[in-house]
Amino acid sequence: MSDKESLFSKKNLRLLTDPLGKQNPITVQVLGICSALAVTAQLKPSVVMTLSVMVVLALSNVIVSLLRNTIPNRIRIIVQLVIVASLVILVDQVLKAFMYDVSKQLSVFVGLIITNCIIMGRLEAFALGNKPGPAFLDGIGNAAGYGLILIVVGFFRELLGAGTLWGFQVIPEGLYNFGYVNNGLMVLSPMALITVGIIIWVQRTKNQELVEENK
Amino acid sequence: MNRNGNTYTFIYASVMVIIVAAILSFTAITLKPLQDRNVEIEKKQNILAAINIETTVEEAEDIYAEKITDSYTINSKGEKTDGNAFTINLKKQQAKPLEERKLPIFEADLGDNGIKYVIPLRGSGLWGPIWGYVSLNDDFNTIYGAIFDHQGETPGLGAEITTDAFQEDFKEKTLFNEDGEFVSLIVAKAGENAPEQHKVDAISGGTITSKGLQDMLYNDLSAYLEFFNQKK
Repeated sequence: MSDKESLFSKKNLRLLTDPLGKQNPITVQVLGICSALAVTAQLKPSVVMTLSVMVVLALSNVIVSLLRNTIPNRIRIIVQLVIVASLVILVDQVLKAFMYDVSKQLSVFVGLIITNCIIMGRLEAFALGNKPGPAFLDGIGNAAGYGLILIVVGFFRELLGAGTLWGFQVIPEGLYNFGYVNNGLMVLSPMALITVGIIIWVQRTKNQELVEENK
Repeated sequence: MNRNGNTYTFIYASVMVIIVAAILSFTAITLKPLQDRNVEIEKKQNILAAINIETTVEEAEDIYAEKITDSYTINSKGEKTDGNAFTINLKKQQAKPLEERKLPIFEADLGDNGIKYVIPLRGSGLWGPIWGYVSLNDDFNTIYGAIFDHQGETPGLGAEITTDAFQEDFKEKTLFNEDGEFVSLIVAKAGENAPEQHKVDAISGGTITSKGLQDMLYNDLSAYLEFFNQKK
């Protein structure tokens, strides 16, 4: 990569857009599934989780990228873990001090960010071999791709499971009088997996190149 | 220097750990006063919510000072002890045998609605601690209001204990039956057999949290029985 290449060159912009579609961390790379199940019972935690992952992933990508020529190869995973864990603690502390409501909303999910395979995956696969600029875009892009799926899943689970969105009732009371009931299964984890499965199915039907060949 | 050598690796790891530790402790110490204050305001909001007063963060302290007229701790015999009801650590108190515990009480004067007694609670849900406040009328039997919170219950399931729909159900329920025996409240599934005046609707999919909440109410409120009997 030449030094003069602009940060927003076509190639770099693909770092932002690819994870939304054919390189999506959840539906194509199947990473970060565990947290996608845990936090998507409602829309709000899904969005907050997306933003937190975005901050942690973008910053840790940049830091690892800056340090990439100094990190001893044998302890690189430990170094990455320390960086990610510290960032998560910092995010948690800052939220507790300045955005107490949001911090309560996140509660245990903050800890879950450390275990998110997408973060370690991107550090290993991208940040260790690229400059800070592209690494930052890669972080934002992948977090956005992850968040997109989280928000879609959260949307359907809250809508069908509780009849609400962002905590507000959206399914009219009248419908319940006609015998409509919320689907309790939607708020349980299996439906998150099935919803992700449906998204993968739709995506692969539309984009045939993602379908693996049967050997 | 050889980047794969042991010396380099050791130095790198040590320096990294020291830098990270410094950054984290600095942040923790700097932000601590702000965080403590958030927790304190939230606690005041919770106590007020237990007597059915909704407050914003800004107004909570003023309203608390106005409505909460007294707060003190008692022992299991119902006698007042010295101790600060607001700052007392419930978790530590619950680890002690009943006779040594200090039990906090907040008194609220609601004018025409009379004096209410707010009691803090703490127990276990499915994933971690749950806690809350209940307020009692001065008959020490009827629940005036209740509020619950949790650390990590599942959103949409156990976490529903924080919703108004769940908490509303506690109002007007009674702790004692007609014979004056203490039964506390029963967080019951639909179809579960329980007297109506003690029964609160449980959360579907949140059975362990619901039952944890029921145990919390029973365990914590039973410590106050002597106090209730003396005051009645």
